[in-house]
Amino acid sequence: MRHLLSTKDLTRDNAIAILDVAEDMAGVADREVKKLPALRGKTVVNLFFEDSTRTRVSFEVAAKRLSADVINFSAKGSSVSKGESLKDTAQTLAAMGADVVVIRHAASGAPKVLADSGWIDAGIVNAGDGTHEHPTQALLDAFTIRRRLYGPDSRGRGLDGTTVTIVGDILHSRVARSNIWLLTTLGASLRLVAPATLLPVNTSGWPVTVGYDLDAAVDAGPDVVMMLRIQAERMNASFFPSAREYSRQWGLDDERVARLPAGSIVMHPGPMNRGLEISAGAADSAQSTVLEQVANGVSIRMAVLFHLLSGSDA
Amino acid sequence: MTARSVLQQADIARALTRISHEILESNRGLSSVDGEADLVLLGIPTRGVLLARRLGAILDGIQPGAVAVGALDVTMYRDDLSKNPTRASSPTEIPPGGIDGKTVILVDDVLYSGRTIRAALDALNDFGRPRAVRLAVLIDRGHRELPIRADFVGKNLPSSAEERINVRLSEIDDSEEVTIG
Amino acid sequence: MSIRITGATLPDGTSTDLFIENGVFVDKDTSTGSTTVDADGLIALPGLVDLHTHLREPGFEQSETVLTGSRAAAMGGFTAVFAMANTLPVQDTAGVVEQVQALGARHGYVTVRPIGAVTAGLAGERLSEIGAMAQSRAKVRVFSDDGHCVSDALLMRRALEYVTTFGGVVAQHAQEPRLTLGAQMNEGALSSELGLAGWPAVAEESIIARDVLLAQHVGARLHVCHVSTAGSVDVIRWAKARGIAVTAEATPHHLLLTEELARGYDSRFKVNPPLRRDEDVLALRAALADGTIDIVATDHAPHPVEAKDCAWDEAANGMVGLESALSVVHTAVVASGELGWSDVARVLSGKPAEIGLLSGYDTPFRVGSPANVTLYDPSATRTFAVSDLRGKGLNSPYLGRELPGRVIATLHDGYATVLDGELVDGDTVARAAHHG
Ligand SMILES: [Zn+2]
Repeated sequence: MRHLLSTKDLTRDNAIAILDVAEDMAGVADREVKKLPALRGKTVVNLFFEDSTRTRVSFEVAAKRLSADVINFSAKGSSVSKGESLKDTAQTLAAMGADVVVIRHAASGAPKVLADSGWIDAGIVNAGDGTHEHPTQALLDAFTIRRRLYGPDSRGRGLDGTTVTIVGDILHSRVARSNIWLLTTLGASLRLVAPATLLPVNTSGWPVTVGYDLDAAVDAGPDVVMMLRIQAERMNASFFPSAREYSRQWGLDDERVARLPAGSIVMHPGPMNRGLEISAGAADSAQSTVLEQVANGVSIRMAVLFHLLSGSDA
Repeated sequence: MTARSVLQQADIARALTRISHEILESNRGLSSVDGEADLVLLGIPTRGVLLARRLGAILDGIQPGAVAVGALDVTMYRDDLSKNPTRASSPTEIPPGGIDGKTVILVDDVLYSGRTIRAALDALNDFGRPRAVRLAVLIDRGHRELPIRADFVGKNLPSSAEERINVRLSEIDDSEEVTIG
Repeated sequence: MSIRITGATLPDGTSTDLFIENGVFVDKDTSTGSTTVDADGLIALPGLVDLHTHLREPGFEQSETVLTGSRAAAMGGFTAVFAMANTLPVQDTAGVVEQVQALGARHGYVTVRPIGAVTAGLAGERLSEIGAMAQSRAKVRVFSDDGHCVSDALLMRRALEYVTTFGGVVAQHAQEPRLTLGAQMNEGALSSELGLAGWPAVAEESIIARDVLLAQHVGARLHVCHVSTAGSVDVIRWAKARGIAVTAEATPHHLLLTEELARGYDSRFKVNPPLRRDEDVLALRAALADGTIDIVATDHAPHPVEAKDCAWDEAANGMVGLESALSVVHTAVVASGELGWSDVARVLSGKPAEIGLLSGYDTPFRVGSPANVTLYDPSATRTFAVSDLRGKGLNSPYLGRELPGRVIATLHDGYATVLDGELVDGDTVARAAHHG
């Protein structure tokens, strides 16, 4: 594996291998010595054109636990045109000898452009590009689901037969896209629930069923309910009339959580709008995996960096 | 090119029994303090773990409770990650008593360059501070690149670097033998 | 100066020799010291006319100039181009359009006819000085805010009516702005997957529907730029059936390329309107064949390298198209049998000249007509490369693609601008233009 740009590129075996390595990486966090020497001498650059402290710190901890050198490069707010800064920055990083570039960018496809450009020879990890994909988030979600379902017997397993309902702003969600491809590859079946305004105009090629009714989706008793964040900028763009109406129709409130089967889990990629797409009670319930998702993010990112930097004479 | 069988099932069993006795001899006064084994066998995945379990069973038959068995994955400690195909890691299992102050015996199927054992020594370092570390292998094929030698050897098998040595164990393979070719 | 072309195949398939003297066709070779061009195996097309070119000068000379764009045009077999108004300053006054027209005339590679802005500064708020531009030395007859849609219905109505006063036509860039906020590519299954904001077909079709009804209501002529969807074709076909005076163009790239090219986020394929689906491409070809779409126009849109060397969202819209247009039309609709060479002469020369009220193109090859000729070798093939480009822009979507045909010679008003497949040097062309 040279780059991680989209979960569409992952085979089932690839994906399971990453999840399995992440299981080992998770064990490291419990040791007295929380560091592995695997990436000693390698340089990982966090290239963030968009603010995301959570994701950046997660990658940084992951790289450091593997003994890599980490450079944080925040390219936001540069005075040159944004386009020039992607190319110029890439060439600068190439000159610094970056082995892996972890890139977050507001433009869909920017990591792919970087990987194909010839400006830099490093492995590229997509840490979220526009409204396209966020592959490591999907991997950590899959990892979290698998651990909840199978515990210590997780290793080697997919998510065959698991039912997952994703609720909210599918149209603008890179988390949703990455999860749709990955969870399907792992054998899960997916349902999307949102108002029609927040669904892509054409999902005919997607391996999902689509609906508008959250209550019906809850009563179907899915194994997993994944709530997506509603961005503030959608509020006044006529995607729905008001936060109150959205919350009433598509928010996961205490009453809806109570109707879920006891074994169902509730996920959210964070940061949450408590009281909008998810109630405080739902977010803090025993069914919620929100905090596990954060912890698992480090293990998954360790596994991804390990996969990118091993196996090819990079 | 066909491979030639150099150890059969009975040979492997004999070698393991012999190694067990050598281990006992070199660790005279082997005891279990407060029910905790003094001796820890750590197999290196994949086949080293199976061999460690077999040795543990033999030793347990001779002196019950004297040894604990675990596994030590060295994937993340190798110095040749980018030169070899990506390998899946396996779980490390340190027995409940830990390794501090214990005699640890690393167990692997084949000793070759010594790089795996070097990685294992690094890994061990991150889990505790043993009193002593020993090495037991089923096959020593030579061609060492590091100053490492085994304390317990099932069979010395001088080989050319071009030859492949294959250890098959019935727990995971469809036969039980060691071949060269 | 006289030129003799021997053995050329005319668009109707007949073979003939052509004699040119003092800029026009004559009926036989009267001079002795004439240049002879062997056109055996070559098709003689009337000089090509592009109703939709961006020459970028004044204001964006890092992208293109009148000279470099004229050279690109000549290389592609064009003898006249209509230069879009989105320059800086905008072509919204007599002064600017006269300057552009004069630059074209001075260089001499092609006839440059400036297009006037419909609204002052392309701002979509009030009419520009349409009458002054029409009556200037540039004699502007085509008015367009291209790059922007005249989206205000009342302003569009007024523009259609007012332009009629001067015998002109409004060329509309049909794009409902609110439906295309932040739009990046055709809206559909692929945009949903790639996470790129969609440019829905309805944003084009709804404006065309409105505009043909307005044109009917006020009895004006309307031209629709770069039609890109099957739905737009339906609307235009309906309008023509009702007798509405609408004409329409398709670009070479919309006749050949599809949205699938966006999959790799390679911004060379980012253009406005965006590349569409297979079924749209097929509908455009059929419409060009049956006359629903009248002409092919390039929408030649050069950009500096840095405007394309970036993420898709950040890249500029547009492709260069002058040098490749004839080959692309050849492969898209001639090779398939949908158009013959006389149709090509119509959609790339006669009809665009008629829409733009450009004289001299109504009776090609006839004795006394201006000698605008393109000699094209239809049997050649080439892998299109940067070395085939003559403008400043390298943003061609065809680089690395196999294309048929090659322009061997271009004659503008009786003098050569391209000979033996290469541009004639600028001094020679300028001298010929001024003494011709
Ligand atoms: Zn336009």
